[in-house]
Amino acid sequence: MTTFLALLRKEFIQIIRNRPILVMMIGLPIVQLLILAHAATFELRSVEMIVVDQERSAESRRLVQSFASGGFFSIVGHEDNVDMALGYIESSEAMFVLVIPPDLSKSVQSGLPTKLQLLISGEDGVRAGLIQAYANGIIQLQARSYLLESMPVPKGASSIEIRELFAYNPELDYKFFMVPGILVLLVTLVGSLLSAMNIVREKEIGTIEQLNVTPIRRWQFISAKLFPFWIIGLVELAFGLAIAKLVFNIPMMGSLLLVFMAAAVYLLAVLSIGLLVSTVTNTQQQAMFIAWFILVIFILMSGLFTPIQSMPEWAQMVTRLNPVSYFIEIMRRVLLKGAGWMSIQGLVFALAVYASIMLSIAVWRYRKVAA
Amino acid sequence: MTSNSAQDLYAIQAVDLTRKFGHFVAVDHINFHVEKGEVFGFLGANGAGKTTAIRMLIGLLRASEGTAKVAGFDIHTETERVKSSIGYMSQRFSLYEDLTVLENFELYGGIYGLSRSDVREKSSSALARLGLESHKKSILSSLPLGWKQKLAFMVAQLHNPPIVFLDEPTGGVDPITRRQFWEMIYEAAAGGTTIFVTTHYMDEAEYCDRVSIMNAGRIEVMGTPGEIKEMLGAKSIDEAFVRIARPVED
Amino acid sequence: MGSLGSFIMKEVRHILRDKRTLLILFGMPIAQLVLFGYAIRNELNDVPIAVVYLSGSEEVSKLSNHLTASGYFTLAGVYRTEAEVWDGLESGEIKAAVLVEPDYPSNLNEPGSARFQIITDGSDPNMAQTVSSQLSAMIRAWHQSSGASFPTLQTEVRLLYNPEMKSVYLFVPGLMAFILMLVSALMTSISVAREKEMGTMELLLVSPLKPIEIIIGKVAAYIMLAGVNALTVTLIAVYVFGVPFRGSFVLFSLLTIVYIVTSLALGVLISTKSNTQQTAMMISLGALLLPVILLSGFIFPIKSMPDILQMLAQVPPAKWYLEAARSIMLKGAGLNVVWVPLVVLTGMMFAFIVLAWKNLKEHLDL
Repeated sequence: MTTFLALLRKEFIQIIRNRPILVMMIGLPIVQLLILAHAATFELRSVEMIVVDQERSAESRRLVQSFASGGFFSIVGHEDNVDMALGYIESSEAMFVLVIPPDLSKSVQSGLPTKLQLLISGEDGVRAGLIQAYANGIIQLQARSYLLESMPVPKGASSIEIRELFAYNPELDYKFFMVPGILVLLVTLVGSLLSAMNIVREKEIGTIEQLNVTPIRRWQFISAKLFPFWIIGLVELAFGLAIAKLVFNIPMMGSLLLVFMAAAVYLLAVLSIGLLVSTVTNTQQQAMFIAWFILVIFILMSGLFTPIQSMPEWAQMVTRLNPVSYFIEIMRRVLLKGAGWMSIQGLVFALAVYASIMLSIAVWRYRKVAA
Repeated sequence: MTSNSAQDLYAIQAVDLTRKFGHFVAVDHINFHVEKGEVFGFLGANGAGKTTAIRMLIGLLRASEGTAKVAGFDIHTETERVKSSIGYMSQRFSLYEDLTVLENFELYGGIYGLSRSDVREKSSSALARLGLESHKKSILSSLPLGWKQKLAFMVAQLHNPPIVFLDEPTGGVDPITRRQFWEMIYEAAAGGTTIFVTTHYMDEAEYCDRVSIMNAGRIEVMGTPGEIKEMLGAKSIDEAFVRIARPVED
Repeated sequence: MGSLGSFIMKEVRHILRDKRTLLILFGMPIAQLVLFGYAIRNELNDVPIAVVYLSGSEEVSKLSNHLTASGYFTLAGVYRTEAEVWDGLESGEIKAAVLVEPDYPSNLNEPGSARFQIITDGSDPNMAQTVSSQLSAMIRAWHQSSGASFPTLQTEVRLLYNPEMKSVYLFVPGLMAFILMLVSALMTSISVAREKEMGTMELLLVSPLKPIEIIIGKVAAYIMLAGVNALTVTLIAVYVFGVPFRGSFVLFSLLTIVYIVTSLALGVLISTKSNTQQTAMMISLGALLLPVILLSGFIFPIKSMPDILQMLAQVPPAKWYLEAARSIMLKGAGLNVVWVPLVVLTGMMFAFIVLAWKNLKEHLDL
């Protein structure tokens, strides 16, 4: 035990003495969180659009007005023909062209169908999808109001009312989801990259040899290396969650204790990846790159930026090996949905198994005696 | 559990110790022994295989063939027990530059299982011996190389190991410091510690009780400095060495 | 070969000898291309939903079939009450539910409306929006086609430049920006920091090499590396994934080279501020990584951000590169459209080189 404590003490001293690293480890995630959580949204604001109104009737003007007044769109020009309008898209001055056909009012009055054209630039796919959704929404709303006004209502005609409700996040505030998610990313990245580099640093400098000559056990060395970063990770998480609550007012429906318990296991899993990387590299640069490579892939496939649901089968299987996705799901369930232990126990166990396996491999791979 | 008590007379005994890297034989079936309390000089030019040999003895590298006993323990089967019984000072200086002098002592003291009071006591006397008490809270990187080397030697002895391995301990320091270092080595030996030191400074060989000279993986001669000089008809070990080392035939 | 030349040779050798890093450098973009090409999508695919028929009529099960026939959705189990729906949402078994009110369809012939309620799991807002819109549109379409409704205004949507909405088309320029920036800045900063840490930097500063030459030397080697990387990524994107390349290759290369040099200079600048490799890494990652992903328009549209952030977003070079690259690749834009980002990037490039040089000189005076 004295051995372990002595090693631990040295690790902490080294980290604390390393001012820049310390500041960055704690400060950077926080700053990033503050800035970037605000950036991580898909909400539409003032999308530049061009209107090609081929009718210019009272009805068409009302339709155009409904687009202008929502705040989602910003009409930057009116053109007479479609080609001119498309020019705006080509020159990146607008993303969307609405073409209103010349028979709009006739259609409204008679009940015969007519088609409006939505020409959307596909260069930003997510926005394109949203533009489509919002534009359709506005048009349907307008169609309803035409309907309610027109007389007489043809027999058999009715329209349906569809109410869309978003559970756990009624305003569909992206921050609810992104803030905890980004926090997890930051904590993950910082923790595992630093811990990987830390061990390799001893290799590069040569101090590891002095340790290998002593009777220390492998598990002592490895635990002493992991423990400080584990603690720091938990502290960062706590700090970050506090900010999430105070600054962003993220709901914390479920038990925070549960979150930290899960986080404790998760951090072990993730740090041990860094550890494993350090056993296969000899320079800090390599360690960083490899760990980086693995982590970026895990992060991209974690379900934070794009839904796991949308991935093809094989990718979804790979996701099962991705600890980040498990924890993101845990955070989501506990923080946003208020889920309890029953709901997440499977996920936590999976993480625990993952961590044990990774750690065992790392300890096994670390050799005090070169073969 | 050691087998033959006769062999416990020796601090170190190597039998056909060999290390290959692919086809290259770095250490070629060397045989030697070191008596308890001896100062044994392990000489050879750079690349002769000294560091490889020492690394096998202290359990950093596995032997390809042959075996050795260090402090009575087999290097193959009882590696960890070997490590408990030795101290080591590596060629690349390997104390922690970003820790203070005292913190380095405390770290290694703790690792070897010494109690806090033990560590305090021993580090005090070590620092007193070196005249460095006023620097106990100094960060290691701020100290000159000579002091660091001496400190490393002290740290290696902190847990009173019966054998201390020193790999090129006086590399890069001035002659006075080298002198002082060897005084410390004698003190340790006088206290019963066996010292196994490698060096490529041939003049340091004169300070040892016995010496072996390695060349191209083999031990070419072994004995007291006097014996060797006689054997080779040389006036100094330096000269003796030159006579041994031949250009490698390609 | 002058002193600069030999310096560059040394750097190139360094790079080539480090097989592991090379593997990552080239493997990473390829892996990410594969990911983005095949795995990371926003498309809906077998999303588990529930359709709760509070009336159990024929019409309604036809609705279920219609919704699941598309492949976007799949029915996950039998749900009969709203309470069950909430349980399912919480456990993640279903992502959305369509609740059909009890009187449907018998009230269809009355003027007014028939009511549907779509409850979607909002904890993943991105998907939620898409799911809900899709369900809504499908219900509406189904309702119309069953002839029971008043034809409302129909829309015909045309997606320009990317009609099939393939994610990979959109991600590739972003991927390039991301990888080049990170690899260039990261590698350079760590490389220089390593020289400092190992002490070889002092040797360089004392040599006949002028500080500006040291920077150019480091940068030159990595330019070549990054250039090869960029070319590889582009070729794979175009020929393996079929990403369109509608603009001028020359223009694109020019843009990319300026971007690479800018990133590299940024890397050198970062390294003059770091004493250890760890520090260099942290700064590169922290000041570059997440901002590049989150602020450059790679994933989240800049136009959606609050104004302050939109201003901040103009700072990273990645944003300018991304914008220009996307225009060139997808829209075939020419110099007339792309000159602004190009000028901005070139300006940044010179600014960073000058800054880095100044810092190096200061280091010498210490």
